[in-house]
Amino acid sequence: MSEKPTQNIHEYLAEFEDIPGTRVYTAARARKGYWINQFAMSLMKPENRERFKANERAYLDEWKISEEAKEALLARDYNRLLDLGGNVYFLSKLFSSDGLPFAEAVSTMTDMTWPEYRQMMLDGGRKPEGNRSIKGGY
Amino acid sequence: MAKITAGVGSSHVPLLGVAVDQGKWQDDYFGPIFKGYEWTREWEKETKPDVVILVYNDHASAFDANIIPTFAIGCGEHYKSADEGWGPRPVPDVEGHADLAWHIAQSLILEDFDMTIINEMDVDHGLTVPLSMMFGQPEKWPVKVVPLAVNVVTYPVPSGNRCWALGEAIARAVESFPEDLNVQIWGTGGMSHQLQGPRAGLLNREWDNKFLDMLESDNDDVRHIPHIEYLRETGSEGIEMVMWLIMRGALGKKVKRLNRHYHIPCSNTAIGHIVLEPAD
Repeated sequence: MSEKPTQNIHEYLAEFEDIPGTRVYTAARARKGYWINQFAMSLMKPENRERFKANERAYLDEWKISEEAKEALLARDYNRLLDLGGNVYFLSKLFSSDGLPFAEAVSTMTDMTWPEYRQMMLDGGRKPEGNRSIKGGY
Repeated sequence: MAKITAGVGSSHVPLLGVAVDQGKWQDDYFGPIFKGYEWTREWEKETKPDVVILVYNDHASAFDANIIPTFAIGCGEHYKSADEGWGPRPVPDVEGHADLAWHIAQSLILEDFDMTIINEMDVDHGLTVPLSMMFGQPEKWPVKVVPLAVNVVTYPVPSGNRCWALGEAIARAVESFPEDLNVQIWGTGGMSHQLQGPRAGLLNREWDNKFLDMLESDNDDVRHIPHIEYLRETGSEGIEMVMWLIMRGALGKKVKRLNRHYHIPCSNTAIGHIVLEPAD
């Protein structure tokens, strides 16, 4: 049997909101973004990628996605999409449909250009110091 | 009797698959990473495992947002490489070991692990990149594979404690399989990385190495690291390291470290791998 007491789900989830610049993919986000993610998943099929590329708006209109999310998808506004329940592993199907390397797409969510982001990674990545907790500031 | 003879923890960064497939593994960027795996590739040739239980996570390839199994075991005869949007990786099909997989699945369920059974699926870079790192580019993979997919995407993901206990139960299941088999267990994913949001690109060399130290240790403190610590210290995708604990739990109390390597960066990620042998 488990050697530790079961964690309280409310406390468990509340801690996730204290991480700077991060949207943890919780059940609430998964519910909210369900159709955004299923749309992205559909792009794994070549015939769907073709139809999407031919007319992005028309393809999006086939899905139960809010107007706000459709606009974010058309604009490739990935931070907005994370807020609306998108998950990066699903959204990565849109990266590859656009022919964009994963790391370059990821860099668009930061305040850096792609060359700046790539250089940061070569220099050892973003430091954890000051990036662990909003409240604690450590 | 079948036996788990060794465990490997390893990153499974998709870019490494690209490097292998496009022959870039000796260039300035990838050279140091592949050099770190050289010893392990030779060791795999010598030890010749029959089967690898390969713990990994599906990255929205075989499973969509509809069905989210916490622990799923592949009990099929073979698996194809998934099309992750760039066309499938040009690697051999993966051969399963259905007899062993079903034996493990049944044993785990009797031990109160409520496994999801998968008969047919495609396997993505989470599974095929570690095979490429350990075996290079053979015409046919030299091992059979039992895929064990873990949900590390939608929270709550399983606790480190539960992953460790699952590893212990897998070891017992393997030992009760009547056929003589040399079995390895690999835990894959990690190490520190964050692929989303303004904090993307976070890496933590110090924490990752502390984690590797803990895996080598005789105590099991590592199983009690809470999710929030992985998230704060290692980025939102660093949580994949809980899958290494399934491997570690399967090796028993004491282990001997045979190899260890760490390198920053590969794409968005810190690369690490460790080779351990049971030493009880």
